[in-house]
Amino acid sequence: MTAPQPTEDAELRLIGLTKRFGPITAVDDLHLRVPSGAFIALLGPSGCGKTTTLRMVAGLEAPTAGQILLGDTDLTGLKPYRRPVNTVFQSYALFPHLDIYENVAFGLRRSGIKDVRAQVGQMLELVQLTGFERRRPSQVSGGQAQRVALARALINHPKMLLLDEPLGALDLKLRREMQLTLKRIQEEVRITFLHVTHDQEEAMTMADTIAVMSQGRIEQLGHPEQLYERPRTQFVANFLGQSNMLRATVDGRDGDLVTLRIADTTLVVPAEMLSHGMLTASGEVHVGVRPEKLDLAPVDDPVPQGRNALRGVVVDTSFMGTSTQYLVRTGWDQELTVFAQNRHTDVVAPGTRVRLTWRPEHAFVLDADTPTSAAAPQPAVAP
Amino acid sequence: MTQPLVAPAADTGADVAPPVRRRGRWIPYLLLLPGLLWLAIFFVLPMLTVASTSLQEGSLAQGYELTWRVANYTEAAQRYAAQFSRAFLFAAASTVLALVVSYPLAYFIAFKAGRWRNLLLLLVIAPFFTSFLIRTLAWKIILSDSGWVVGTFQTLGLLPEQGRLLATSVAVIAGLTYNFLPFMTLPLYASLEKIDRSLIEAATDLYASPFTAFWKVTWPLSLPGVVAGTLLTFIPAAGDFVNVRFLGTPSQSMIGNVIESRFLVVLDYPTAAALSFTLMLAILLLVGLYVRRAGTETIV
Repeated sequence: MTAPQPTEDAELRLIGLTKRFGPITAVDDLHLRVPSGAFIALLGPSGCGKTTTLRMVAGLEAPTAGQILLGDTDLTGLKPYRRPVNTVFQSYALFPHLDIYENVAFGLRRSGIKDVRAQVGQMLELVQLTGFERRRPSQVSGGQAQRVALARALINHPKMLLLDEPLGALDLKLRREMQLTLKRIQEEVRITFLHVTHDQEEAMTMADTIAVMSQGRIEQLGHPEQLYERPRTQFVANFLGQSNMLRATVDGRDGDLVTLRIADTTLVVPAEMLSHGMLTASGEVHVGVRPEKLDLAPVDDPVPQGRNALRGVVVDTSFMGTSTQYLVRTGWDQELTVFAQNRHTDVVAPGTRVRLTWRPEHAFVLDADTPTSAAAPQPAVAP
Repeated sequence: MTQPLVAPAADTGADVAPPVRRRGRWIPYLLLLPGLLWLAIFFVLPMLTVASTSLQEGSLAQGYELTWRVANYTEAAQRYAAQFSRAFLFAAASTVLALVVSYPLAYFIAFKAGRWRNLLLLLVIAPFFTSFLIRTLAWKIILSDSGWVVGTFQTLGLLPEQGRLLATSVAVIAGLTYNFLPFMTLPLYASLEKIDRSLIEAATDLYASPFTAFWKVTWPLSLPGVVAGTLLTFIPAAGDFVNVRFLGTPSQSMIGNVIESRFLVVLDYPTAAALSFTLMLAILLLVGLYVRRAGTETIV
């Protein structure tokens, strides 16, 4: 509530956080550390416990078990109005009986600050709403209301800002715009942002760390690129973008590479991608390749040095503007998705026999025995 | 892409539309007609009759004659000033009491009752299943000198040894409060129930304690219900005569009792009519001032 001090320790630590609603466990023994000044997104499908986690940090929901620490303060038992965090609500929750000015000033007035004019003016400028002071929330558009909600929270200089699907109600174009605005504001004010969303694109655009959640737990935590390129579970691989999953048998090791076999095709992947457990287990692994990592070439073209290759037949194509999506059926009757940029090549017609190639390091390997989720609960720590 | 699909449909619709629209133009008025007729016969006509009666002179035996005697008004107002002020005082007291009782009740039903909500609402309107008169008569028994309420009050020292409840202003105000309580509770419930919970959460998130959140968010947002409820209680209470009749004595009599006896007992129609009109205008004036004070913005 004092002046913004980005350097002050506002590291958020969730320790064994659990929330049960009757027989339903919404958040299950969640561990998370968010360093001061980070922009972290809790990403997951509806019902994964991300909003419940946010509400527990805000104090709107009491945890069944576990602890919430912000810097040196234990927030766990504190009432919401005693916590140095503020929330941007999903429906904005602007007070309809107050004008924009009084909405933004609400938190300052509750803190006993008499002269709010300068700060309110500054905040409205930050969210580009100067001149809207006397309007009622019902007289502004969705995007503007969203910015009022943001200003109303930020004016209190919270140690942490909680955003509960703040862009959900906006149309696509406005959402893109607001994503950039939010990112800019976060960089300006340097407050920790905890952003809850089910939109993977939104999470990847804005957050510097993403925690993918499923069934009340964190599936994987990391930088957006890291999650995309090296998902650790099938759930993450499929929730963030699309993946082609190939089930292969480990054949042997050749220096830094491991040889895998699917039907009559031999593939290689870097040995470091296979954890020790995977190599000694049943001998089967899942190899994931993103559709845009696959190159589509005529079947007779020579395979470039060092690339994996497999043959297939194009069964379907759909033109999508900047790229074309192909569905290619392999020899073992699996359909793989390929995104090809529309640069100068003609669209390949269905029925054409093709060869798909990719670089070994562009794949990722998952344990075949745990098909959907990583079993071991890992203490998630934001890098 | 959908536009070309929609446009032809609109075009074909236009060929059919004009006759429909022409016929449609007077349908709203047709729908208004029964209501307008009803109002004309049962409201406007009687009002004109009362207005004319209030300016007449004469007696039942010799017949009444319209002489435009405005003195009917001044005489009645002077003679019954006490009953007028008592009516407004009692109505105001019971309105305030009803608000004090209803607000927590409506708040509880709207926010805390959960699955009991419908049952509680049913209980609020349950008194309507019995007649107004029967209920007021029941209160006469409850408050009677030998009843348990008086006994308990006397034991607790809240009433002196020979004190009574029946036939006092307290009994009349209590009766008025009781009888109009649902009219206060239901609008309050409706406006409280409409309040988005996330607004209250947002207030607590912005450092408002539960009390401040109530005072700064819940209360102002429930004002439309407060205004509606107080009007629905005050207006009928000010004109009531049943509660005084059963629970009070002539020394508590309100203007409603005077009008009733002038019309039905004394058969002094001009005075009764003049009093009725005065009461109506006084209520209109008071309500007008009140609504203006409460602000039209809070009502809509």
